[in-house]
Amino acid sequence: MSKYLVNKFLYTVDRDPELVERYREDPEGTVAWWEERHACRILNCHGGESSTWVRFDDTERAALAGHDYPALFELGAHPFLTLTLFIAMFERDYEEPLGFQQEYARRLSHFSLPYPDIAT
Amino acid sequence: MAELVAVIASTHHPFYYRASTATGEERPPFADEWVRKITAFRETLTKARPDVLVMVGSDHFHQLWLDNMPQFLVGKAPFYDGNFYNEEREFGLPRMLLKGQEDLSTYVLREGIDAGFDLAFSNELRIDHSITCPIITLRPQNDLPIVPIYTNIFAPPLPRPKRFVQLGRTIRQLIESWPSEQRVAVIGTGHLSLELGGPRQFGPHGPAPEFDQRAVEWISTGDIEGCLAEVTLDSLHAPGNATHGFMDFMLMMGVAGEGRKADYVDTYDLFHTMEAYFTWYPNGGPR
Ligand SMILES: [Fe+2]
Repeated sequence: MSKYLVNKFLYTVDRDPELVERYREDPEGTVAWWEERHACRILNCHGGESSTWVRFDDTERAALAGHDYPALFELGAHPFLTLTLFIAMFERDYEEPLGFQQEYARRLSHFSLPYPDIAT
Repeated sequence: MAELVAVIASTHHPFYYRASTATGEERPPFADEWVRKITAFRETLTKARPDVLVMVGSDHFHQLWLDNMPQFLVGKAPFYDGNFYNEEREFGLPRMLLKGQEDLSTYVLREGIDAGFDLAFSNELRIDHSITCPIITLRPQNDLPIVPIYTNIFAPPLPRPKRFVQLGRTIRQLIESWPSEQRVAVIGTGHLSLELGGPRQFGPHGPAPEFDQRAVEWISTGDIEGCLAEVTLDSLHAPGNATHGFMDFMLMMGVAGEGRKADYVDTYDLFHTMEAYFTWYPNGGPR
């Protein structure tokens, strides 16, 4: 389980306009590329000092590659990070204001308290 | 010594800027009343004639990240850029530049550490909408220097509610002992009940109107003891998964003081979350 790494993916993609588009268009490819090239990078260190041990487990990789935000919620990914990035990718596909946000809530409606733990 | 001239607690709705500047078809039906309320709220700060603003907020995973997460952090820099790309993207917030009151940052850090808070600091801090929103609503001319103070309400493990109250009390003591003739206002922003990225998000009201009602009561009457008796890290999950931002309101109750009734209270029930605005004048009314 590497909730931290799932969050790191969401965080680093969300803050980069090009990566947001790339992840929207090619989720599987973007997740594979990111895990290969960026997952290990400590954000405040140069590439020669990357971590040597971080990787997704299969469920996490599949949830990210499938744009499966209910699964990410279930896995305990930070809901603010997931929401922000998915709004950036998919709000544009909905006619009504807040249409995507409401659809997002509906797709999570099978969850009740307590929600999955988000502590990393 | 410096004088604490106003204590202000507010929500920080990121959509206010866009709603209040939209025109024609784009302007939402709730915008005019919202602007009216904000304008009245702004007057409570203007009347206090502050020289310096201590701004309490919480970074929403913008600059602060899980590889190095501080619980409480004080900015110490001559300037602060404001707002991030994803806030421009989602909320239409403008880029901003704020001036820093560096000598007060120095004082708060030194004395705060000595008072028992091991405060983190940052010499290059970009502030997000938890601090820029209240500048936009309360001081749109953006002419006063600030000391930003960030709290962690976002990335567990979090400090407990009591710690937020204690930090508020300490911030007040530090301001009142700051050897300076400046007039200081403290402005802190948080949330009432709020759900983000969960099944209860973006409803017609906040996710827990009954919690909001109680919260407004605690804050407006300064009922710190009553609030602390009921609010825990666990209990805050029930009203909405992002309701831990309420602890920033508890911090501001600590600044205002036990039993201190707010001198100004207003709320506005909007979609998704309730807005709430409070002002205290520690030394009676503005002079
Ligand atoms: Fe917030």
